[in-house]
Amino acid sequence: MRYSAFSIVKNALSGNLKWKPQWRQAEPKPHYDVVIVGGGGHGLATAYYLAKEFGVKNVAVLEKGYLGSGNVGRNTTIVRSNYMLPGNEPFYEFSMKLWEGLERDLNYNVMLSQRGVIMLYHSDVQRDAYIRRGNAMWMEGVAAELIERDQLKKMIPFLNYDHARYPILGGLLQRRAGTARHDAVAWGYARGADRHGVDIIEHCEVTAIRRENGVVSGVETTKGFIGCGKLALAAAGNTSRVGEMADLKLPIESHVLQAFVTEGLKPCIDHVIVYGGGHFYISQSDKGGLVFGAEIDGYTSYAQRGNLATAEHVMEEGVTMIPGLSRVRVLRSWAGVMDMSMDGSPIIDRTPIDNLYLNCGWCYGGFKATPASGYCFAHLIAKNDTHPVARALRLDRFARGYAIDEAGAGPQPNLH
Amino acid sequence: MASLITCPHCGVRPKEEFTIRGDASLVRPTLTASDEAWHDYVYVRANPRGRTLEHWQHVAGCRRFLVVERDTFTHEVHSVTDGAAFATENGR
Repeated sequence: MRYSAFSIVKNALSGNLKWKPQWRQAEPKPHYDVVIVGGGGHGLATAYYLAKEFGVKNVAVLEKGYLGSGNVGRNTTIVRSNYMLPGNEPFYEFSMKLWEGLERDLNYNVMLSQRGVIMLYHSDVQRDAYIRRGNAMWMEGVAAELIERDQLKKMIPFLNYDHARYPILGGLLQRRAGTARHDAVAWGYARGADRHGVDIIEHCEVTAIRRENGVVSGVETTKGFIGCGKLALAAAGNTSRVGEMADLKLPIESHVLQAFVTEGLKPCIDHVIVYGGGHFYISQSDKGGLVFGAEIDGYTSYAQRGNLATAEHVMEEGVTMIPGLSRVRVLRSWAGVMDMSMDGSPIIDRTPIDNLYLNCGWCYGGFKATPASGYCFAHLIAKNDTHPVARALRLDRFARGYAIDEAGAGPQPNLH
Repeated sequence: MASLITCPHCGVRPKEEFTIRGDASLVRPTLTASDEAWHDYVYVRANPRGRTLEHWQHVAGCRRFLVVERDTFTHEVHSVTDGAAFATENGR
C-alpha cells in the first residue's frame, strides 16, 4: 500500500481498520541469491537497494531478534557529513544526499529534520582545527560555517560561555545536518525491501556458516539451513562472532556506548549541539525529550548495558555545557554494542572468501551512514565492484598503510 | 561490571583509577617477523564474547600495569595479576 493524503483519509473513514502490515512475516525458502545477516538499518538498506537499484530480487534478511532491536533502535538519531578526511567525507556526503531524498524514495516519513549540527570549540587551537575541517568539507562541496562567539550567543543563549576550563568561543555549523527518526528508518527500509520482494525473517539467528569447495553455500540458523549464492554480513556489534564462523580475522573490538533521554520538555534546543571540550552531544526529539550521549565506556563489552560511572561522566559533561540541564530528569538510558575498528572508520569490502561480503566497523557513527552503507554494500554485492565513494573503506587498508584515522588516535579502538 | 578492580598492590579500587590499554593476549612479534605477523599483532583482535585478558594500568594508584581477566558479556572480573608477574609466568 502506498501512503498518501488520500490513503490516510480513506483509512480514517473506514475506522483505521484496513491498514496492512508494513512487511510480511516471511518464512525462509531453501535458497536465496543473497542472504544478509543482520536486520538492522544497514542490512535492511542493503536489501532495499539490492532489489530496487541493482535488480537482485531473491534476497533474505536474517535478524536474530525483532526488526530494529539492535543499534538502529539504540542511537542518538544524528545525521551529518562533517568529516575531514578524503576517504570519509565523500562517503558521508553521499549518505547525506540520500537522506535528503529518502522520504520520497521510500514513501515513508522518516522525520528527517535538518536542524543543523554545531560543534563547539573552546580554544584557538581547536578553532583552527575546525576551520581546517570546514575547509576540508568545502573541498568536497559540503557547506560549513564558522560561527563566532557573539553570533553563537544569539543563536544558542543557554550555553555556559564563561566556563573556567572550557569557555565556549564559537562553533562549526553544518546546516544541512540534523536528525532522523531512527525506528522509522528501519521500518521504512523494511517496508521498501519487502515491497520489492525481499524476505525479512525475524527471530532467525545464524549459528554457523557452511562452506563447500572454498565458497559459502549457506547458513545454519535457528530456523534450519538456508542456502545462498552470496552471503553478506551486516551484524554490527557481533561482527567478530559471525566472522569467526567463516574463520575471518578482523580488526574489530566490540565496545558499549550509552545514551540517555530525559522527560519531555517544551521546545528549547533547536540544533544538534556537540561539546568539543569532551565528546557530549545533545538534541531534542520531536516528542520533547532531550537525547544525549558521550563517549564509549572504554572496555570491550558484548553486554547491552553500560557502567554507572560513565553515566555520571556523561551528565557532568552535559551540565558543564548547559548548566540548566541539572534540573532535568533522565527517563531512560540504554547501551548499544558496536564494532570499534582499529582506525575508527568503517569497512565495506569483499572477504578472502569469494562470495562472502563484509560490512562492519561503524564505531558509533553507523546511523548517519545507513543509506550510503546500504547503497555501497548493495553495489559491491551486485557488481563485485566497490562503489567509488567507498573505495577507501576496504578491509586491507591497514596492511597497505592507508588507515582512515579521523581522530588521530592510532590502532586503539577505545580512543576513536 | 567491573566497577571495582582488585589491584594486587593497592587492594579494591574503583575502576576509574585505571586506564585500559587493551588486549593482553597478544604476543609482540620479533623485529624480523613477517609483515603479516606485525599486521595481526597491531590490527587484528580475537574479540571474544566471554573471558578475555586485558592490560589495565593503575594510573591513580601504584601506576603498575596489570593483566585483568574479565568476561566481556557478564563484566565479571575473574583475576588480576601484576603485568610483570604475568609476563614472567608466560615466558615473555
